[in-house]
This record gives sequence, structure tokens and C-alpha cells, in this order.
Amino acid sequence: MTLMKALTAGVFAGLSFAAADASASVLDNVKERGVLNCGTDNTAPGFGYLNTATGAMEGLDVDFCKAVAAAVLGDPSKVKFVTVTDKSRFDAVLTNQVDVVFAHTTIKPARESSIAIDFLPINFYDGTGIMVKAEAGVKAFADLDGATICTTQGSATETVLTGAFKARGWKTSKVLTYENLEKLFAALNSGRCNAMSTDKSALAAWAGNSPKPADYLILPDTLDKSPFGGFVVANDSKWRNALRWVHYGLFQAEESEITQKNIDEKLESEDPFVQKILGVGGGYGKDFGLSDDFVAQAIKAVGNFGEIYDRNLGPNTKMYLDRKGTPNALWTQGGAIYSPLWN
Amino acid sequence: MIINETNAAPGSVGCDQVRSRRFRKRLRHDAIQFAIIALVVALIGLLGYAVKEGLAQKGIKFSFAFLSNAAGFDISEGKTFSLSDGIFPAFEAFTSDRSNGAAFIAGIFNTLKVAVLAIILSTVLGTLLGVGRLSTNWVVRNLSFWIVEFVRNTPLLIQLVFWYFAVVLHFPPLAAAAKWYGGVIISQQGLYFPALSWSGDGSGISIALVSATWVAIVGFIVDPVKGMRRVCVVAIVALVGVLFASGFLSINYPVASKFQASGGTSLSPEMAALLLAIVVNSASYIAEIVRGAIDALPKGQWEAAGSLGLSRRNTINDIVLPQVFRVVLPSFGNQYIGLTKNTALGIAIGYPDLFNVYGTVANQTGHSLEGIVIVMVSYLLLSWIISAIVSWANSRLNQMGASR
Repeated sequence: MTLMKALTAGVFAGLSFAAADASASVLDNVKERGVLNCGTDNTAPGFGYLNTATGAMEGLDVDFCKAVAAAVLGDPSKVKFVTVTDKSRFDAVLTNQVDVVFAHTTIKPARESSIAIDFLPINFYDGTGIMVKAEAGVKAFADLDGATICTTQGSATETVLTGAFKARGWKTSKVLTYENLEKLFAALNSGRCNAMSTDKSALAAWAGNSPKPADYLILPDTLDKSPFGGFVVANDSKWRNALRWVHYGLFQAEESEITQKNIDEKLESEDPFVQKILGVGGGYGKDFGLSDDFVAQAIKAVGNFGEIYDRNLGPNTKMYLDRKGTPNALWTQGGAIYSPLWN
Repeated sequence: MIINETNAAPGSVGCDQVRSRRFRKRLRHDAIQFAIIALVVALIGLLGYAVKEGLAQKGIKFSFAFLSNAAGFDISEGKTFSLSDGIFPAFEAFTSDRSNGAAFIAGIFNTLKVAVLAIILSTVLGTLLGVGRLSTNWVVRNLSFWIVEFVRNTPLLIQLVFWYFAVVLHFPPLAAAAKWYGGVIISQQGLYFPALSWSGDGSGISIALVSATWVAIVGFIVDPVKGMRRVCVVAIVALVGVLFASGFLSINYPVASKFQASGGTSLSPEMAALLLAIVVNSASYIAEIVRGAIDALPKGQWEAAGSLGLSRRNTINDIVLPQVFRVVLPSFGNQYIGLTKNTALGIAIGYPDLFNVYGTVANQTGHSLEGIVIVMVSYLLLSWIISAIVSWANSRLNQMGASR
């Protein structure tokens, strides 16, 4: 009997796997559920981090989750944070465990070509960096011939390091991979790893949040660029387009100087361009399956892109990463943060 | 009951009835068997079809073609097959330009390396602990008891993290590591030991010397002519001495450089921690198996040995353990299989075993489903091989016992 039961259960599981969301967009599921399931890291200060003092999730990725919840459901608190690791993040989206993932994920072709996901616009421009303990006396990447360099498993850094060794003809250097940043940092501190390598923002965050930030040295070298973007399940353009334009709305809001503070003022604005973005007197929201004021909702919840950046990575944070002169600045200031035309 | 009924009316008709009834019963029985098989096949087919459709709908392609693509990543240790030069496959370190399939082989190699060493060491340690638990010495008995109790009642994963982060990574750094006995370096970068190194030129005399040494070693182990062991030992010592003196054989000491040591042979910290955790854990289970088997032995065996005037050591070595090993081998087999599967926990400390390598390959290529199929089949094969070896050893041991 139990065998039969197990078999029937198995078949139903198989059928439901096949039948799952044959036509419905994730957008409809989220609205029906009333809660956004958002995949984030919880060990990456500045991006997705559980602040143990307040018990709240904080970070750039976390704010994007809130912005999406506000834009889709009209309430930034209607979001459930699901912790994903570098390894589990893709499967989490593929199995519908989460609706969208914002987890400092590097956009690269293999990920879109062979995993059934679609990336959202770049929301942070990072680069692969190297951090050593200051006492080691290493000043540049070139000093690390023969060293053991550690990184996280499933990250783009694994192949970047291998490529860097090869380019320099280093034969004895080793890459050692750990499950998460916590173990990686512990291994660096113990001395097992001569250096740790991951995205520069994460290095700055871990050094900045440690008891003695001066013990660590982030080397000047940038091994590779790593543009971050959220991602959703592939072939769901309704959901993907809605989220893309939430991003662009936040970018455009910074350019048009619409902030969390002056949003109520701006909603009264006579400027037709501002009205279009905020959906005053009809916008694009309805056609995306959202409300017309979706950008306004997102700005009310977390502010424009510049405000999100400053809150999590700005001068008042432990891991201050200067925007000026980097691609993370607005295009009007020589950066790469750019929104298509809202007209 | 049915037979009794028909027996009540004997005759050819009754006999036919019985036969036809039996035939029908058999037919029904067969029909049910067939129906169950057909149902199972249909269900598996349906499930496979549903999964395939589901994957296709999500745009996931199921293909093993990625195995021949270049890996592009490094593995911190591990060897793999190479078919590039010559007919014989060479065995060499994995490099990033090898294929994903080669990476899987390196992972299996690392899994096997830990599993084989752990099986040998945990059997020895487990037997010692098991016998120790029945020792007449209070200290030994209680020490064995508490080790076994402590290890069996904490999760293996936690023990592993303890051995790695609290023990192995607290070894001194390479620069400060003490050099013991002229060459052993124990550091958090790895455990380095001196190794024998062959520098012979392939000349006739060197080959003859080496062959002679091997013959002496084999002679020592097999001992074809009884009582020749001593002669063999003397021959081995003399031949090895000549080899060293002639410079054909030398000891290769590890030398510490800035980041790692070179030369000699080495054990990575991850491997050392995983081996420690699994050996200690399995040994405590094996100790319980051994203790149980000793306890189950009739008391008369001990008493008979005692009345023959055998010492306790002789009793255990010659009377108890030979009987115990005959009984416990199947249980050991189970333990070996469990231990081999437990090596997958190496991922928690960054040891590149099969499961760890799978994680990297799956993340770099996106072929997670295909990868997990390979991993599962590999573990299944490993388990079958181990159980085949154990049952072969078991039948051999029992045969030997029977023929004596």
C-alpha cells in the first residue's frame, strides 16, 4: 500500500512539475499571493545582510526587493526574504521558490544561455579584487605567485582566478573554494588562505565590519569586471519587463531629482516628463500589469537609486565605496547608471 | 483446507478440479505480477515524460555534452586520467584546461583517496577501541567508552567543522612551523613528509638492484619458504643501503618556500581534517560492532583459553578476534559504505571531493541535473564495489575457516 501511495504521489509530483505555471506570469502569482518572495544573501554587508543589532535585513539588494514589493503590491513590507547562497540562487528561481533574486550576481553569458534565467538591468558595477592580511607584506597581486587564494564556490571568481594564474604563467598557485563568505573570511583569518578573492565591494564590507579593519589590505589590482544584476525565471517577459522598468524608474528618479523626501511635492508637479514617470494622469504602469504610480510607490519606499546607494554603500557606512569616477555614478556624471527614455 | 475438501471425494474428477484450481490460482498470481510490473513501468515512463516536458517548458536542456567542454576552473588537489599521450592512460594533476568530465574524475579520485585511507585507519582504530572497551584496565576501558560515547552522540558535520577550524587551522603557519625529525612539516598550509625519490638512470645495474629489492619485499610478505623472513629482512636492508650509497635512491625533503613547501609528499589541511573526522567517527561505530561481537561470543571460549593457560593477549589475538572478524565483516561493509558516502561532507570545509566538484561544475555550466545524476551513479557504483569486495572477503574468510 505504501508503495502504491508513494508511486501515486510521485506521479502527481511529476505532473505538477510539468503543469506548473503553464501560462501564468510570476507577476500574477505575486499579486495573487500578496507577498513577494525575494532571494537575497544574508552574509554580504552592503548588499544583503542581517543586521544583528536591529534584526532587520539591510543592503542594496534588500532595498531593490522592497522597491519591487512596493511597485507591485503597493507596500514595501510585503516581502519575504529568502536566503540564497552563491550555489542555490539559480535553482531557487527555477523551482519557483522565489520570484526574483537580488544576490550580487555577476551577469555572464553562460548563466543566461544554459540556466533558464533572464537577468535584470545592472544595479551595481563591481570588480574582482584580492584581500590579504596586512601583516603578510603583500602589496600587489604580482606578489602572490605560488599562494593559495580562496573564494566562494559557484562564484564567477573561480574562473577569473584560474584565468589570472594562467595569464601570468603561475603553476603552483591554488584556488580553494568555500561554501560561503563567512567560512572564507574565517579561513583567511586562520592563515589557511594567503589571500581571499571576491568582488571588491564584498571585500570592503568584510574588512569594514571586522573588529580591526586595519588588519586587512585590499590590493589595488582589479582582476576582472563584475556587473551585478538581479534575475528572474526565463521567458516571462511580463514579469521581467515590469521589474526592468522599476529599475529604470529608480535610475531616472535620481537623474530627475525625485527623492523620497520630495516625492509628494513632485506628484503635484506640472512638468509632463515628471508626470509620466510618476504616472500622474496615466502612465505606463497599467500596461506592465502594475498600477500607474508604481515608480512613485518604489521611491516612497526606498528612495531613488542614489539614495539606495548612499544608504548602503555611501560615506556614512562602514564599507564606504565612492561612486565618483566609477561606473556606479549617473551617466550625467560620467558613470554608467542610465535609464532609457521615459516619454 | 481445499485439499481436504477434494480428498473427501476421491477420483479422477476431483484430481482434475484440484489441478484446474491450482492452474487458475497460478494464472491469477502471474496476472497480478504482470499488472504490477506494467503499472510500475507505466508510472516510471509517465514520470520521466512529465519531468522531460517540465524541463523543456522551462527551457532547460538535458544533455551530457558539457562534459567534454574545457572546465576553466582549478581544483586545489586531485588527479585525473589523461589519454593524450600514448596508449596507456596517464594519471596526472587536474588543470583548468582539462574537460568537465576530467574534473568529475578528479573529484572521484579525491573521494576514493579519503575513503580508502579512512576504511583502513578506522578499522584499525575501531578494533582497538572495541577491544579497549572490554579491557581489564580501568583507564583504557573508560577512555574507550567516553571516546565512543562522545563521538557517536554528536553530528559528524559538527565534528568535521571542529577538526578543521579548531584543530587543523590552528597549526602554526608555514614560516613558523617546526621541522620535526629532519623533514616533517606540520603547518596550516598542509602536512609535509619526506618521500623517497628515484634518481636512477635506467641502467642495467640500477634496475637489477631495484628488482632484487622488490623480490625481497614480496618474499618477506608472502613468505613462500617458511622461515625465510629473516633472510629477506637482511636482504632488504642491505639492498636499500646499496641503493642509497649509489645515489639511485634518495630522500626528498620538503622545503618551505614563501607560500607553500615543495618536495616530499603532502597532505592538504582539508584532507587531513576530513580524514580525521571520518576515521574517528567511523572508528567509534566499528568499536561498538566489535564490542558487540565479542560480547556475543560464548563465555566458554574465554574460559577454555584460560584453562589452556593462554595469556589474555593471546586469547584475544588467537581465539577471540579471529572468530569476531568472521561475524562482523558484513557489518563493517555497511560501515564502509556509510563512510564513503559521508566523504561528501568535505564540501563544508572546501575539500574538493566528488560532490564539491559537482557543485563547481554545475555552477559554471548550469547543468545541475545532469551533474547530480553523475554524482548519484558514481556513489552507487562505489557502494556496490565496496559491498562486492566485502562479500568476497567474507566468503573467503569463511571458506578458510571451514577448510581448517
